[in-house]
Amino acid sequence: MVPLSWYLALSAVLFTIGAAGVIIKRNAIAMFMCIELMLNATNITFVAFSSFFRDVTGQLFVFIVMTVAAAEAAVGLGIIIAIFRNRLSLDVDDASVLRD
Amino acid sequence: MTILIFLLLAALTIGCAVAMVAQRNPLYSAIALIGVFLGMAGIYVTLAAPFIAAIQVIVYAGAIMVLVVFVIMLLNVEEEVRRPIRLRRLVPLGVLLAAIFFAEAAFIIYFVETSAYNPPPATQSNVGLTASVGTGLFTKYLLPFEITSLLILMAIVGAITLARRVSTLEGGRTRLRATEETRSQTSAD
Repeated sequence: MVPLSWYLALSAVLFTIGAAGVIIKRNAIAMFMCIELMLNATNITFVAFSSFFRDVTGQLFVFIVMTVAAAEAAVGLGIIIAIFRNRLSLDVDDASVLRD
Repeated sequence: MTILIFLLLAALTIGCAVAMVAQRNPLYSAIALIGVFLGMAGIYVTLAAPFIAAIQVIVYAGAIMVLVVFVIMLLNVEEEVRRPIRLRRLVPLGVLLAAIFFAEAAFIIYFVETSAYNPPPATQSNVGLTASVGTGLFTKYLLPFEITSLLILMAIVGAITLARRVSTLEGGRTRLRATEETRSQTSAD
């Protein structure tokens, strides 16, 4: 049986990689994918605790997190397309003001 | 045996995640992210959560990543250009803070590892099977589930509103410009 702390360590490592990616990357789509990675890293924690404590609530949380991630993907990609249409670039440094 | 499988899947997941961040071409990052999601699905299987593993493959690796790849192809994204680090003198401070952060995380993980909690014996539990997830979702957590459907509806409407071509606004601007031009012409005459 794999210890619980290994799953927590894996989740922490993935979350850190995702957070570093959001800070490092300048491409809006790449930042978006790093955010998806962070959401997934928390899901590992939820499922690990749910499986170790024999309580299904954590997995229901994961279900709802996935729904929120899907909604975020739809709206986020819509925003990215709108930004690209206005500025013809996906660099977030070019999109530093909200008005067009 | 389980530990070996876990280590393999964890190595796949972390390797793909690092490749995703290190990659400059967004399309290659997207493919690496699909690898991360597949590795995570395997990890969910080792945690005895087959429903979540299936949802992971279907929703993330299937739906969301198809959407992302579609947008990357649609916008014809170019590779990122390499730029110098602007705050080079802050790098030692950053390394120090990262070391403190990692020490804290390692302490917490060590604390969890040596805590006195004994998990219940590994009986034949049905936690994680589709039936138990469905039962929880439609009895105790019915209201959050319904709110989730509302959220999806709002996301659909929001995405359509955002990605729509703002034809009325553009049309209004060109019309305004045309009237201004005719007015200036008439005044010049």
